[in-house]
Formats: sequence, C-alpha cells, structure tokens
Amino acid sequence: MNLTSDQQVFWQSGLVKLNLTIVTTWAMMLVMSLGAKLITRRLATEGPIPRWQGALEIIITGIEQQIADVGLTEPKRYLSFLGTLFLFVATCSVCIVIPGFSPPTGSLSTTAALALCVFIAVPLFGVREQGLGGYLKTYTKPTFIMLPFNIISEVSRTLALAIRLFGNMMSGAMIVGILLTITPFVFPIVMTALGLLTGMVQAYIFSILATVYIAAATRVNKKQSQPIQ
Amino acid sequence: MDTTLIAVVSIATSGLTIGIGGMCPAIGEGRSVATALTSLAQQPDASATITRTLFVGLAMIESLAIYSFVVSMILIFANPFWTHAIAQSGGK
Repeated sequence: MNLTSDQQVFWQSGLVKLNLTIVTTWAMMLVMSLGAKLITRRLATEGPIPRWQGALEIIITGIEQQIADVGLTEPKRYLSFLGTLFLFVATCSVCIVIPGFSPPTGSLSTTAALALCVFIAVPLFGVREQGLGGYLKTYTKPTFIMLPFNIISEVSRTLALAIRLFGNMMSGAMIVGILLTITPFVFPIVMTALGLLTGMVQAYIFSILATVYIAAATRVNKKQSQPIQ
Repeated sequence: MDTTLIAVVSIATSGLTIGIGGMCPAIGEGRSVATALTSLAQQPDASATITRTLFVGLAMIESLAIYSFVVSMILIFANPFWTHAIAQSGGK
C-alpha cells in the first residue's frame, strides 16, 4: 500500500525524480492559473457581471474579510500569500472527488513545503512591519527567559502545520482505501463526502493559523500600547 | 521468531497509540466544544470570534490525535525496524 503519492515515480535521473505529487501539483497549478486568467480576461465593472467573475469576487472578498477579522488591519498586503495558501489547499481537497486523483497535500513533502513558506513568511512580514530589531525583540517577550521557548514554538508550530495537513489528507485517502476492501459499495462514498468536509476545514485552519501567526508577529507593539480591558 | 516479535509489538503498539491518542484529544475537543456552545448561547453577538477561536483551538487539539495517527501508520506501513529485520533475514 502506498502511504503517500511520493512513492509512485514516473521518471528518475540521478537525484531528480518526477513523482505523482509533482505531476498533480503542477497540473493543479496549471488549472488554477489558467482558470483565473480565463476568468479575468473580460472583467466588467458595469452592467451584468459575468458569473465566474462574481464567484471569484466572492472568494476574494471572503478571504479578505477573514484576514481582517483576525486583526490584520491591511488585509490587501497579505491577501496574495494567504489567499494562495487557502486556494491551493482547498482545491486539493475538493479535487478528491475526481476518481483516481490523489491530492498532493496528502504527501509530507508538499505540506512541509507549504509550512516552510509560512515559516519564512512570518519573520518577513514581521520585519517589514516593525523593523529587524523590533521583530527580534518579540522573541524576548514577556521576559528574556522565554527566548528559547519562543524559538522552540516557532519550529514546533511549523512542524505541526505540516503534519496536521498531511495526516488529515492522508487519513482520508487511507480510510477510503481500507473501506473499499471491507464494504465496497456505499460506505466509501460517505467517507469521501466526510473527507471533502474535513479537507475544507483543514484548508480554512491552515490559512487561518498562518494568518494568526503573521498577526502575532506584526502587531505586538500596538497590542502593548492598548489598555487591557 | 525475531520478525514475529517485531510484528506483534508493532501492531499492538500502533493500536494502543491510536486508541489512547484518539481518546484523550476527543475528551479535550468535547470539553472545548461544549464550552464554546455555552458561550455562544450566552453571547450570540460574539459568534464570529468564538467560532474562529474554537476552530483554531480544535485544530491545535486535533493535531495531537493526528500525530498519534501518523505514528501508528508509520508503525504498521513504514516501520524501520521491520524493514531492517526483513533485510537481515533476506540476507541470510
């Protein structure tokens, strides 16, 4: 039994491998970017707005609203990064209804890459917002003793992000695979529907956690100046 | 004998792992959802904040269960000791 889609290798030359994960990732990137390009080719600001443009606008304003709700005052700055994360993970989870499709987020390498993006983006946004010294100072809050723990939490939450998404997506595929051998008819469909639900929840959680981390890295100074209610 | 012992220990441990590791986070999740429902009933206006915090907290708690699941899956499907023992017995 294949635990991840990394184990299906199509082509290999030395260290360079072309496995199923890379193929599905690039296929999804192609579909998403081409689709976005096609939809935004004819944008209308007056009169009847095309259906697909309306759908995209709903998604974008929804993500923006969520980012603003967490406490980032200028959601447009973070929209490109967080929106991309959410859309990629969400499309991966929605596409499991396609027969034979194994989601790229069900492999630890993809989720580790996504979590590393968050790991790098959080200090970048933090430094941009409060300067290098100001950001580095947040590691010694509330006292200097907390410095190692803050660093540990930075690393461990990245690990948690990666393992959480991987475990959820992999378990969905695995449960369906195991159930196919026990009760082959109706029950796997129910579990696939449940997998759709948990996939969307995971996409939401992944992006909202990234938003919370970025918000925590960018607004420590402002938070301190506010009176405690 | 050696491989059998490894197989028995791996399977039993993976069952224990997912059993205990699923039980305790389930209690925690149940408690947090119950508290969130109580506060939702008391303050319906704050539903957006409560729901978002609940989801983030649930993700944190649930990740513990996911860790146990991943460990038990590794014990069954990608056990390094099992692979080692198989390679040893195959080499003899």
